[in-house]
Amino acid sequence: MSHDPHHAHPRDAEEGPPGEHEIMSRAMQELLEEKGILTAEQVRRRMELFEQEYPQRGSRVIAHAWADPAFKKRLLEDAKAACAEWGLDLEADRLIAVENTPQVHNVIVCTLCSCYPRALLGMPPTWYKSENYRRRVVREPRAVLKEFGTILAQDVSIRVHDSNADMRYVVVPMRPDGTEGWSEEELASILTRDTLVGVAIPRAPRDADQPTGRAA
Amino acid sequence: MTPSAYTPAPQRRFNVGDLVRVKRSDPPGHRRTPSYVKGKEGTIERVCGSFPNPEELAYGFDGEPKRVLYRVRFRQKEVWDKYEGPDGDWIEMEIYEHWLERA
Repeated sequence: MSHDPHHAHPRDAEEGPPGEHEIMSRAMQELLEEKGILTAEQVRRRMELFEQEYPQRGSRVIAHAWADPAFKKRLLEDAKAACAEWGLDLEADRLIAVENTPQVHNVIVCTLCSCYPRALLGMPPTWYKSENYRRRVVREPRAVLKEFGTILAQDVSIRVHDSNADMRYVVVPMRPDGTEGWSEEELASILTRDTLVGVAIPRAPRDADQPTGRAA
Repeated sequence: MTPSAYTPAPQRRFNVGDLVRVKRSDPPGHRRTPSYVKGKEGTIERVCGSFPNPEELAYGFDGEPKRVLYRVRFRQKEVWDKYEGPDGDWIEMEIYEHWLERA
């Protein structure tokens, strides 16, 4: 494979010299390309999937769980198996779904690095990878959630899940009032990334408008 | 084979509900046990299965023999001396069997 050492990588748009890991990853990719193991097109396509298609999967599968209680039960028992049954291949991700109830709120973090259910939610947001979030949400989850605008009553238990090893996690939020009769597509529209990580709570639009007093 | 989040772990020391303590140990190298739970007591929340040992994988070994991985839940008040939330708050994570002892 021909190789031009001066060609610009699209990923290098940020200012400043590349870091050590970026240099290693670029060198690795160039070697794999030279050996014909993968192509730049395959890498580009993979990044595109992570950024554009995978993020939709989490909302859709949890919307399906809201609409189908028997599926939700299977999802909570074995999320990877339930996703496979529904036609969603999570590849290497071993997924555990944790359910919010009136008594329990779940939130997900990886304190050791930035483990995240990428096959379900795409790439993790910057705040999820930040040292601030990783260090603080384990020891003062209520204060961190408040910074995201999520205030929990003292009689609601918080379960923080540190995805520190082989499993990945997704939150199954509570389906809000006012969504009766909604299609799965409509339900998916309020199941945003942050609600599936547990730093936000999905609300039906009218409900969401109330606290801001926008109508006044 | 049906994909599953879990793998079998027929040979294991602990079961769901068992009270365990995380070993107080600080060996050099790649470890997946967060320091903030070392020495803390919790209960087995579920058994995830047997997985290649990440402490070996990190250095290019095959990770065999596999180790049993558990989810352990801790009371936040047990983990942090000055935890300000209610007693019912929990923190849960995955701990390999060789890091656990019976409490």
